[in-house]
Amino acid sequence: MRVLGLDIGSRSIDAVWLDGDRIVDWAVADSGHDPGSASAAFVERKAHDVIIATGYGRHVAKERFGCAAVTEITAYGLGSAALFPEAASVLDIGGQDTKVISLGQAGRVVDFEMNDKCAAGTGKFLEVMARALGFSLEDMAEKAREARAGIAISSMCTVFAESEVTGLVHRGEDRARIARGLHEAIAKRTLGSLKRVNARGPLVFAGGVAKNPAMVDLISSGFVGEVLVPDEAQIVGAYGAALSAARE
Amino acid sequence: MSDQAVDYHPMWDELGLDLPTHDALLEAVGQLFGDAYLTQENRPTGMDYLNFVMSEVHGLRIKELDDFRKSGGKVFGTFCLYVPEEIIRAAGAWSVGLCAGAEFAYDEVEQIMPRNTCALIKSFMGFKLAKVCPYIESSDLVIGETTCDGKKKAYELLGEIHDTWVMELPQMKRPEDIAMWKAEVRELVKKAEEITGNTITEDSLRAAIKEVNDKRRALQRIAAASAADPAPISGKDRLLATQVAFYDDVPRFTQMMNTLADELEARVAAGEGVAPRGAKRVLVTGTPMALPNWKIHDIIEKAGAVVVGEEMCTGSRYYQDLVPEDGSTLDEMIDAVAEKYLDINCACFTPNKGRIDDVIRMAKDLGADGVIDLSLQFCGLYEMESHGVEEAVRAAGLPVLKITTDYSMEDVGQLSTRVEAFLEML
Ligand code: SF4
Ligand code: SF4
Repeated sequence: MRVLGLDIGSRSIDAVWLDGDRIVDWAVADSGHDPGSASAAFVERKAHDVIIATGYGRHVAKERFGCAAVTEITAYGLGSAALFPEAASVLDIGGQDTKVISLGQAGRVVDFEMNDKCAAGTGKFLEVMARALGFSLEDMAEKAREARAGIAISSMCTVFAESEVTGLVHRGEDRARIARGLHEAIAKRTLGSLKRVNARGPLVFAGGVAKNPAMVDLISSGFVGEVLVPDEAQIVGAYGAALSAARE
Repeated sequence: MSDQAVDYHPMWDELGLDLPTHDALLEAVGQLFGDAYLTQENRPTGMDYLNFVMSEVHGLRIKELDDFRKSGGKVFGTFCLYVPEEIIRAAGAWSVGLCAGAEFAYDEVEQIMPRNTCALIKSFMGFKLAKVCPYIESSDLVIGETTCDGKKKAYELLGEIHDTWVMELPQMKRPEDIAMWKAEVRELVKKAEEITGNTITEDSLRAAIKEVNDKRRALQRIAAASAADPAPISGKDRLLATQVAFYDDVPRFTQMMNTLADELEARVAAGEGVAPRGAKRVLVTGTPMALPNWKIHDIIEKAGAVVVGEEMCTGSRYYQDLVPEDGSTLDEMIDAVAEKYLDINCACFTPNKGRIDDVIRMAKDLGADGVIDLSLQFCGLYEMESHGVEEAVRAAGLPVLKITTDYSMEDVGQLSTRVEAFLEML
């Protein structure tokens, strides 16, 4: 069976084409202002027998393509377990939310937590902070990784943290240390959620923010077990969605 | 929200409602009801009665209260399960549960209460301050109780603008607490007699006990039928039945609910249901869902599962126990009423192990695949108790999802994803 898995997120749309359980192709596009046509382009790109959608836009896709849908939680669980059969938990920091998942047998979800209502600590948060610091996202992560000691940031609300950061910059504080402080604050919060769902290692760190080396370092040093980062951390959800077709 | 064959505006005006604001509220509730209820498929025909009641929620029923009061009757408004309806009815008065299930006039409320007060309290205060609740305006007396700290203090504020009487509820269930509560129920007897000018007699209390038990028995039948797979009634519809139980005319409601139960039992026998056989089954537990709060049930059932029970005050806590009907003297009957009420397992008691036992027993009896534990944000009691519920449910081998929310619709998207993910893991 040829399956197209679509992960329609707030920042990007990711597609994975499977034949049986082998990945034949994958692609990533910006959600932009018209996620509908971006996903339609993927749908037309290659022949498939089934589509399964996940992510924020899954219900829209369901209507548009008459396909099935699964939540990101189930999709990330399946995708992570397929990439790393030894995985016991998953952390996904995406554009607008963070999920932590504790896994049982064969990628089955045992417990999970999602950040509620706000963008604190997500990709979006990092973008806003990079702008406030006058760095590109990549530079900010690099600087944060190199800085020795972070400056503590007290608020994780995107709006408050932004003014806090602006204030620190105006006071002439070292921007690299502010960047590190921001990363530390996110890591601390994330490690707290991992504890609450009783996450054990190995932990699969997926989602767009897993491409940020400073975050990977901080999570790896704070987490009790091994941390694994997939090569294509962004497509784990689409991959898992495609794999869920076999479970139906 | 009715098609308004009768214009109730003069009556609402007389009650002192703020008409434009009230019209806006009715419209909002009508819309909510339409979205959550009238979109359901395969509803039992017995639900027509409740649809009608809802369409006349501020109309015909208020007219009945109005007529009753104009003929000398008294209406008592209550907020909590612990206020014994039997005593009120035995004095010839009617009891109405005051709804507090929608976000309304919070800006006014927050002038006199902290923002981090639970939605239930903010809501009832908002309804009162904005003058949109005909039930509270029809209440000759509001009876409060010292359950949680928030309500205790809120009744002081309410007392400044509405006649309010507060019952002292113990926080433990030791013999001395039971004795204290019995004395407190006797104070209510006196108060009810004083306000109505009627005397509570053996006969009137016996009849009231029987009447209210009959109402609970009808609801028990509906709950029992919900154990079948496929479920013969949606959780939303059963929740509505319990919500309406708090303010509808007792004998009429009982009769209509027995008719509904007959239909559900026939459906069970025929293997008919509202959701396909094998649909995921969820037990919901936690803080009460006052009318018109259907948020969590709506999310769960729109995600394809069916809610098979509510371990909450708008659920089993309301109807699972009956007052023994064999008391021969007035004293025995009052004691029996007091004892039954103290058996309710609310988180305001310590310890409250009985609630956890109820959750586990109901999950088994109703064939639940998972439990969703709901707390209203800022309700310290249920939020704190949530951990114990979670552990016990897991120990019983069932998955559990803890949700903390309020009445706003802001988090519906997030909650839907969480609920869907939870259903996928069942
Ligand atoms: S939860 Fe407790 S305090 Fe609230 S209505 Fe129920 S019994 Fe009363
Ligand atoms: S929900 Fe909790 S805080 Fe709110 S009134 Fe009930 S017991 Fe009190």
